[in-house]
Amino acid sequence: MHADGAGLTQAAVQIRELRQRFGQREALAGISLDVHRGELIALLGPNGSGKTTLFRILSTALVPTSGSVSIFGADVVRRPTLARRELGVVFQAPSLDRKLTVTENLRHQGRLYGLHGRQLEDRIAGALDRVGLSDRARERVEQLSGGLARRVELAKGMLHRPRLLLLDEPTTGLDPSARREFWAYLDAVREEAGATAVVTTHLMDEAERGDRIALLDEGRLVALGAPAALKAEIGGDVLTLETDEPESLAAGIWGRFNCRALVLERAVRIERARGHDLVPQLVDAFPDAILGITLGKPTLDDVFVRRTGHHLHRGMAGGGDA
Amino acid sequence: MSLFLLAVWTLWQRELVRFYRQPSRVAGALAPPVLFWLLIGFGLGPSFHAPGAAAGTSYLAYFFPGVVILILLFTAIFSEISIIEDRREGFLQAVLIAPVPRASVVLGKVLGGTTLALLQSALFLLLGPAIGLHLSSAGALAILVAVLFLLAFALTSLACAIAWWLDSTQGFHAIMNLFLIPMWLLSGTLFPVAGTPGWLGAVMRVNPLTYGVAALRRVLAPGDAAGLPGFGASLGVTAACAALAFGAAVWVASRRPTR
Repeated sequence: MHADGAGLTQAAVQIRELRQRFGQREALAGISLDVHRGELIALLGPNGSGKTTLFRILSTALVPTSGSVSIFGADVVRRPTLARRELGVVFQAPSLDRKLTVTENLRHQGRLYGLHGRQLEDRIAGALDRVGLSDRARERVEQLSGGLARRVELAKGMLHRPRLLLLDEPTTGLDPSARREFWAYLDAVREEAGATAVVTTHLMDEAERGDRIALLDEGRLVALGAPAALKAEIGGDVLTLETDEPESLAAGIWGRFNCRALVLERAVRIERARGHDLVPQLVDAFPDAILGITLGKPTLDDVFVRRTGHHLHRGMAGGGDA
Repeated sequence: MSLFLLAVWTLWQRELVRFYRQPSRVAGALAPPVLFWLLIGFGLGPSFHAPGAAAGTSYLAYFFPGVVILILLFTAIFSEISIIEDRREGFLQAVLIAPVPRASVVLGKVLGGTTLALLQSALFLLLGPAIGLHLSSAGALAILVAVLFLLAFALTSLACAIAWWLDSTQGFHAIMNLFLIPMWLLSGTLFPVAGTPGWLGAVMRVNPLTYGVAALRRVLAPGDAAGLPGFGASLGVTAACAALAFGAAVWVASRRPTR
């Protein structure tokens, strides 16, 4: 946490009534959100939910149609240079020059932020050390694996010690072990710098690493809160019944057990405390209609379904991750 | 060092390192002009006599300044076309959200291309004495460098403005073939303005590059200058074009959103 007195009450990022239109399409339909100092907030949503658009506006790469964003008090449209100094950005697409070495890439980045000489070289050494790449400093980026290159991107984004780190789907294309490694380094870097972070992701397990999660759908903020608090609002277990006749099954459940059942594709979904008690009753009551039954603790997808009526990922059955 | 100069410096340096790490680019910018020079020079040599050129001037010598310009042009194109690749690969985006003025980014990129063009043309100019071109003094060398710098800066800025404005390298190649190469052909490099009839001659006279070529001819072969625009006017037009092209590049780069 930052504790620099005067600005303590000010949010790291203030987003107000943010809208973005691309022709007829409204990518952001009025989002307001405060990112607190020192927290990691995950922007979670399906493709087309507006999270990448929001990310681009935060990174000053895109000027919004209306509304405002300020980063540590600097408006991204009116005072972009001031906002940019506070920002460290890790884009989804690689931003490294593959023909340059790791060190050359970092040196280039540092100079764009006013670093030079001894100070720059020290920062580079420190940054590479933190992401565990000191021994690869002199290699060209084209020789690195995807996971190592992502770590160089992280070092690049943190080099000038920004107070706000923005990461857009930072682990895209990484295998699970490289992904875990990346997060471990991100945690280490943030802990040391005390930086605030905004991370977009479409992966629930990554979003759960956030202090808070902002769920986005169709350009709107549909839920905001700590992962546990969001899941707690489900109040119990989630039962997912596989069936060929979801409509009639849902109606039957409502008639018989007086509990609300939501139809989702070829499944029926029930939220219920002590869900396991209901399982045998359901199977007894509808032996032919129910093809399969899943009982689980609520996931972020369940929160998403509750708020939007559809899954986080198209074609996703049950509460598994994608 | 100021942020502006640091940005210029780092982009300039990157341009040089990248260019020389990709030998195909070096060869691509240097080999074709030299090949044109040899083929066209030997091929046209026996049948060509430039009006205004001193008797006994070989076509290889006449064509020489034009080839220098072509090397500058090709190097400018090969270096600035990387803006399109940088955008596609994502590198540019990180530069554009850095807290530096857009003009410093453009200046670093253009000075990088200009330096490369100067170095490449210098290699070719070393052949000059072999065909009888000699500089009369150290002063003439200084003037030559100044003229080459203005030309390289103008052409690189032009290529930069075009590259910033386009999304595909194919588009750039189309512009190169339909606009940049004709501009070079019609600037008094292959055949002189004097004696070119009608509208073609008129096009050549309004082509700003004609004045750049004239300035270079006057430095490299002062004896063959008959029929060319004056040195002062040539230099003035070239300098004005350099400033204009650079302004255009900064303008395009500042207007374009970051993708």
